[in-house]
Amino acid sequence: MTTPSDANRGAGYAGAGSLPPADDSEQVLLARLRRGDDDAFAIVVRDQGRQMLATARRLLGNEEDAREALQEAFVAVFRSIASFAGNARLATWMHRVVVNTALMKLRRRRCRPECALEDLLPRFSEDGHHLEPPCPRSGRPELDLQREENRTIVRNAIDQLPATYREVVLLRDIEELSTGEVSEVLGITANAVKIRLHRARQALRTLLERTFEDRLP
Amino acid sequence: MTCREFAEFLDAFLAGTLPSEQALAFQRHLAICADCIAYLDSYQRTMAACRTLRGEDALPADVPEELVEAILRSRGGRR
Ligand SMILES: [Zn+2]
Repeated sequence: MTTPSDANRGAGYAGAGSLPPADDSEQVLLARLRRGDDDAFAIVVRDQGRQMLATARRLLGNEEDAREALQEAFVAVFRSIASFAGNARLATWMHRVVVNTALMKLRRRRCRPECALEDLLPRFSEDGHHLEPPCPRSGRPELDLQREENRTIVRNAIDQLPATYREVVLLRDIEELSTGEVSEVLGITANAVKIRLHRARQALRTLLERTFEDRLP
Repeated sequence: MTCREFAEFLDAFLAGTLPSEQALAFQRHLAICADCIAYLDSYQRTMAACRTLRGEDALPADVPEELVEAILRSRGGRR
């Protein structure tokens, strides 16, 4: 079970730094939440919960974990609503809480064997040429990105990445956080985010290429 | 420029953050290296594949009602 302090500490951002301020109607809602108004809590769970559940699904890739993460996120929200400064949009703050909760879940989960990253990076000869030249586009099955089956393939490939690389791809390329936000969430430098993202994409490229080679007749 | 260097700085090249001299070296290498053309192409398709997992702009589906109830119960309010 996750405690709110975990949710705040774990991946480190529930803070509100430079976010746009909440508007008036939100201040009213916030005041009701702080008074412990049951109806206000029901509104927030139904309204904000949609986006939060969608985020948890994207980060965790399965329904059961996503629902648990949402519950844990709301436990954290309920406990810390009194101390929420209100200088950020409620939606932004809650998005951050569910990102943290989902990340911790992702770290605890070890359901799939991870590949070693080195095995997935391109290899070069001593004079710097590709040792395993990538397949040219012609003669390869096309990745039809619209198809659900292919989204599953991409998701599986992401899940095979070592956790530290998987997190960066999920937050940056799928959840669309900025480099600065990812650096804040993960507690690493912006430069480390960029390096990890590039390595992760290179590794994914290899995994996807292997997947589609396997499917050639 | 070698293929190794090309692969190493590929993301900076795509982000347009390379100094112009280096970017030019990239263009020159691309003009002569079929492997790196293929590598660049598959790297970009990998990025496109990741984008398909992003959320759509439309409002996501409702939180299932039993989950809403469970969350509200966990608050231990006055319901
Ligand atoms: Zn090359």
